[in-house]
Amino acid sequence: MLSVETFETIEEAAGAVGERSRFMAGGTLLMVAVNYGNQGFDRIVRTSDRRLGEISNAGDRVHIGAGVTMAKVAASRDLAFLAPAARSVGGPAIRNRATVGGNLFAPHPYGDFATALLALDATVHWADGREEPIETVLQNRGQSIGLAAAVSVPRPQADEFRFLKVARVKPKGASVMALAAWLPKSAGRLENTRIAFGAMGATAARVKACEAALNGTNLDERGIEPALQAATEGLSPQDDALASGWYRREVAPIHLKRLLIPERRL
Amino acid sequence: MEKTALNFTLNGAETGVFVDAGANLLDVLRRGVGDQTPKYGCGQGSCGACSVLIDGELHLSCLTLAETVAGKSVETTAGLAGGPELHALQKAFIDGFAAQCGYCTPGMLMAARALLDSNPNPSRDDVAEAISGNICRCTGYEPIIDAILAAASGSGRRFG
Repeated sequence: MLSVETFETIEEAAGAVGERSRFMAGGTLLMVAVNYGNQGFDRIVRTSDRRLGEISNAGDRVHIGAGVTMAKVAASRDLAFLAPAARSVGGPAIRNRATVGGNLFAPHPYGDFATALLALDATVHWADGREEPIETVLQNRGQSIGLAAAVSVPRPQADEFRFLKVARVKPKGASVMALAAWLPKSAGRLENTRIAFGAMGATAARVKACEAALNGTNLDERGIEPALQAATEGLSPQDDALASGWYRREVAPIHLKRLLIPERRL
Repeated sequence: MEKTALNFTLNGAETGVFVDAGANLLDVLRRGVGDQTPKYGCGQGSCGACSVLIDGELHLSCLTLAETVAGKSVETTAGLAGGPELHALQKAFIDGFAAQCGYCTPGMLMAARALLDSNPNPSRDDVAEAISGNICRCTGYEPIIDAILAAASGSGRRFG
């Protein structure tokens, strides 16, 4: 028999999550499990904590509550750089419910927004006060214990951050892949580049060989060629109904090139 | 199974119903309240047939935990018409042959209503985006988009 418990604070809710329980954020994933009779849990834990829905500026970073919806991200002036990633998630009704925190735990091929957060080196703020880089949160996702209360991201300069979702159905469709790039420059050359792919493995992942190949180069065809060669190094794209892993690997450099040099359509 | 009392406003009318823990809003509307206009399509948020407005915002009732609408306003296609007078969107759908089997139509209408409430003069792209979460296997979407644009422009023929 299923029960639903709602707590006033995220801290109380975090303390209540345990064996055979699941935390519900927006519910776009958990309600599917409920509707399809998933027997793996019999308690749903929720919170009405308003802090989870807040977006605030903190120095050179933006703090995003884990309960902020994709629709709210897309409408936020402070998060304009993340709006394309937020708008890529589902249709309007899904975006009114899907949350930033939930997207961190969305299984393949979902989690496009987490791909964008990964490229921005986001920090995950857990309900118990711990802070953890999103990269290790995603890598250890199966073993994560605790509730994400918020994420914080640096605010990139204009045109430094780019996002691209590749889907077979437009305007809405699950990802063949998602790509996000943070491309800071120093003296006209790229430095501290971040390249992340979504739907190219169990979770979103950075391609550090690709990042290293981009650092110190110009964003032109000759400059990015080594990075394109390394586009999928370390990734393990899987087969699913949308595309084979082979196809994903083959087309990834093409889409990365479109992301890096958007004015050139291949 | 333990039941919880749930009170909300459905199409302007105060509504009370007892719901099972974990029940989704679609089940409560169809089986608990008797509003059959939101449809069960997929139960996983992919088809949009169960779309409703909650406090004016488009939501999928199959993915909405029923108890979260306590004290809120829920609107369905059943509340679109004002008595015998159909809503402009309903008229435009009829005039434009925007429904064939009709299963997606309530969801399409609510998605369109949400769009026009926030953007009374949408572009064709705006409309396509607004119904991007709603699947139609009959029409090919073009008549639906045309109907929504006709309703927005007020060019839909008056019904009746």
